Amino acid sequence: MAVSDSKAAERVLDVSADRRQARDRAAGYLLRRHHFQWPEALPWIVAIAAFFLFPDRMTFGSQVLVMIMFALSLDLILGYAGIVTLGHAAFFGIGAYTVGLGAARLGWTEPVSGLFAAAIVSAFVGFITGWFLLRYRGLTLLMLTLATAIMLQETGNLRSDFSGGYDGLPGLEFKPLLGLFDYDLYGHTYYLYALAVLAVVFFFVRRIVYSPFGQALTGIRENVKRMHAIGSPVHRRLVTVYSIAAGIAGIAGALFTQTNAYVTLTVFDFDNSAKVMVMLILGGTGRLYGAFLGAAVYMVLEDHLSKLSPTFWQFGIGLLLVLAVLFARRGVLGLFEDAGQYLKRFRS
Amino acid sequence: MPHFAIIAVSILFDGLAYAMFLFITSVGLSVTMGLMGFVNLAHGAFAMAGGYIVVSLTRNLGIGFVPSLAVAAVTVGAVSVVFERGLYRRLYKATDLEQVLLTIGLAFMAIATATYLYGPIPKSVPLPEWLQGDINLGFRSFPSYRAFLIVLGVVLVTVLWYAFERTNIGAKIRAAVDNRRMAESVGINVDLLFTLTFAVGSGLAALGGGLAIQLFGLSPSFAVLYLVLFLIVVAVGGLGSLKGTLMAALVIGIIDTGGKYLLAEAGGFFIYAITVVVLLIKPAGFYGRE
Amino acid sequence: MKLMKYLGAAALALAVTGTANAENVKIGVVLPFSGANADLGQQMDKAFDLYVKLHAKDIAPNTVELIKRDEGPPTGAQAKTVATELITNDKVNMLAGFSFSPSSIALAPVVTQAKIPMVISNAGTAWITNLSPYIVRLSFSMWHHGYPMGAFAYDKIGCKTAALAYTDFPPGKDSTEAFKTGFEKAGGKIVDSVPLGSPVQVPDFTPYFQKIKDEKPDCMYVFIPSGAHATGVTKAYGELGMRKAGVKLIGPMDLIPDNKLQDMGDAAIGTIVMGNYAVDLENAENKAFNEEWHKAYGKDSYPDFMSAAAWDSMHAIFDAIKKLNGKVDDGAKVVDAMKGWSTNGPRGHVMIDADTRDIVQDEHAMEVIRKPDGKLGIKVLGTTKAVKDECKVQKIGRCAS
Repeated sequence: MAVSDSKAAERVLDVSADRRQARDRAAGYLLRRHHFQWPEALPWIVAIAAFFLFPDRMTFGSQVLVMIMFALSLDLILGYAGIVTLGHAAFFGIGAYTVGLGAARLGWTEPVSGLFAAAIVSAFVGFITGWFLLRYRGLTLLMLTLATAIMLQETGNLRSDFSGGYDGLPGLEFKPLLGLFDYDLYGHTYYLYALAVLAVVFFFVRRIVYSPFGQALTGIRENVKRMHAIGSPVHRRLVTVYSIAAGIAGIAGALFTQTNAYVTLTVFDFDNSAKVMVMLILGGTGRLYGAFLGAAVYMVLEDHLSKLSPTFWQFGIGLLLVLAVLFARRGVLGLFEDAGQYLKRFRS
Repeated sequence: MPHFAIIAVSILFDGLAYAMFLFITSVGLSVTMGLMGFVNLAHGAFAMAGGYIVVSLTRNLGIGFVPSLAVAAVTVGAVSVVFERGLYRRLYKATDLEQVLLTIGLAFMAIATATYLYGPIPKSVPLPEWLQGDINLGFRSFPSYRAFLIVLGVVLVTVLWYAFERTNIGAKIRAAVDNRRMAESVGINVDLLFTLTFAVGSGLAALGGGLAIQLFGLSPSFAVLYLVLFLIVVAVGGLGSLKGTLMAALVIGIIDTGGKYLLAEAGGFFIYAITVVVLLIKPAGFYGRE
Repeated sequence: MKLMKYLGAAALALAVTGTANAENVKIGVVLPFSGANADLGQQMDKAFDLYVKLHAKDIAPNTVELIKRDEGPPTGAQAKTVATELITNDKVNMLAGFSFSPSSIALAPVVTQAKIPMVISNAGTAWITNLSPYIVRLSFSMWHHGYPMGAFAYDKIGCKTAALAYTDFPPGKDSTEAFKTGFEKAGGKIVDSVPLGSPVQVPDFTPYFQKIKDEKPDCMYVFIPSGAHATGVTKAYGELGMRKAGVKLIGPMDLIPDNKLQDMGDAAIGTIVMGNYAVDLENAENKAFNEEWHKAYGKDSYPDFMSAAAWDSMHAIFDAIKKLNGKVDDGAKVVDAMKGWSTNGPRGHVMIDADTRDIVQDEHAMEVIRKPDGKLGIKVLGTTKAVKDECKVQKIGRCAS
């Protein structure tokens, strides 16, 4: 009896030691990834450099930042949790209309608090729809999310006396930022504003994906059955991350309305959902910076090509996508990673 | 005949014609996604290509509308094999997302090419005399073009049903949809089978594109404009199911037409409402595999 | 080699001094060049190019440079971005084009702030011109066609009852509202009003029209965007045999854009529209315009009402440049130069109302006929002279502010 008892105790000790080790390893891994590495500063340096190099192009620059944020929110659910949706524009649109209607109908024209309101409303709708829809996967989920976005658009059109319909909410005026900086024609104020908001959102997202919660999401993406088996509350986690992503998409939409001082129902378009997805895949999913690279590459190329040939630029974009799939399987970022790996091997 | 009966007959007739168009254009997409799990968003581009071939043949070469439809279907079906062998094949093992990127890219290129070749102005086709008028049944007259759509649809459904359910090849396809590995291990050449079904599906899409000109007009953006509609039919019907696609096309065609007729104010709503209701109850669609 | 370089430099210097007092006026052209509405952009772009090609000498020694950008989809956002950058980056002196109302609405605060004139060649929502003192419209408001059609339909076509059908977006509601106002004032009765779905996709029109056919009104007033929708409407109307059933098809000229008319076939014959332009409109300027168009773009290419508006837009811009002798840096002066401007163009006599900066033009009731040469064309049934935007005259809704 005694002997077996002590053996059992030893075993328990062993197990707890094992566990401790595993826990330390996991914590170390998370912390290691959590530390900033110097290449991560690059996109921010580029964004600030762009401000000084192309002072006349900041209206376009702000739009790029907005799309980056939108793509980032999609990365959180598509790249990390593996939720494929074609209705992400719904949340972008809800955010856009929260500040739009707030300014037009309620006189709520303070921009920063508008962002918070947009985030809360979008996240709430994300929570409600996510609760129902995230039980489904694959094509079913794709069509359900898509239908949700379009039904929101149709509702807006039914009540166009209130929403402004496809002619939109014109002449929105927002208060100067922080009471100090007013909107200027060159879009300088809003570029810096959008960049600051993007930075805050980005570090929030980064924190999430390198947290244990983020690891659980990756687990769900990789093998949902196993996550169920180890007792992970899969549905709850998916709904949580879906709501967060919806909130961020809402902030992007709110910025979109504020930078344009205008919004129409077309923000709910299928095109908008599809485009952001294409940008993200192009940049590389599940890697945070893929959103930056994808949105920037896509939009800059589109801008250049459409100047070169306003009629046929789509051919160039199409070709880029096809080539990306054939030669850069993990997005443009993947291409860089491969190059980095190659260099490392080359040196050693 | 009482008034409501006349309305019901109208809705049924118009809805049926619309449903047949939906079925013809979507069935290829359903089989592609069901058999290979391949998300082909360039499906609409094949339909558009078919439409433009019909335009060229009828307007520039003076060939009749119906023969042109046949030529377009065969040509696009044949050309699609090149795409399948050259491009799609490389991505069968890739993720859905990569397939989406590739095929969206192809659709964009197709739009630009069509704009270059045909210009952006919507095209229409000259119809033969017998397709222009209407057929009077006393209590009501029906457009003959719609009647033609229904007849053509019924013929195609019959042929496809026979090929799918009663022939050796059809049995192999069904086997491959159900369990690809098993089918391969009993010696079915799934690759070849897929090339064949892909070509037939693309050819049917081209036929649908040709038929759509009279309904919607044809412009380069056709390649993506109605894609959502086709995806809805596929999802509601269930992947890879002939019966399901037909069922979905009928339900969507008739309810959408009825909604437009009876409650035009909420016109855009119906089709999405049906989609949501069906998918919430049956996530895999009418006849999809759970 | 060196000598050549010097010679080159000298020639360049000479060229520079030779044109020292000539101005190069940069005009930003914003039109939908891609996407579902690319054909609208093409119709206007061709007219702009043609005018510049034929009339460059009118403003010599000054020159113009067109910088073209894609207006994109009717969201307002892309148009706003490209147009703002035309101002900030390309330093254009004025903007022209604008197919869609949302683009113009989104851009209004920007042109006000930048003091850059914005010449609208299509966008037709009535109240746009109220949004900025720098907006000048050369095209039309939805009320230009819709309102006079109301009285004409009741008095001349014999519509005692009418059903409305419209694409469910603001111009559609605007147009049908305008018709209804005129029609009811004349004594007519509206029996039904049917929205035809979104402007993005052409729907299957048959069920909508079948319903209207069952209601047996004298006339059906239809508004649709003049792209692919137009052909769809005529086809469905023809297929259903509505004319035989006694329902006349009427509407604004968007129903029968000239570049699609030949494709519409017999079904279009008998359609009566109210509008400001048709290829068959008889006046000397239109004849010359059509000849030049066919010479430049081939015999199967037709200008349409958008092309005519774009042509007149460029004409107004050129006259302003001439009047100011190329000194177009002050946007307010350019707008002033255009106020009260008038000409005889392809559409007949047109004038820019000095108060509203909107166009004043003749409106023609036109019936589609089969011409002796076998082609489809129109016959003018009646003309109302010098029509203003009635929405702003009567101060209805948003037009009041």
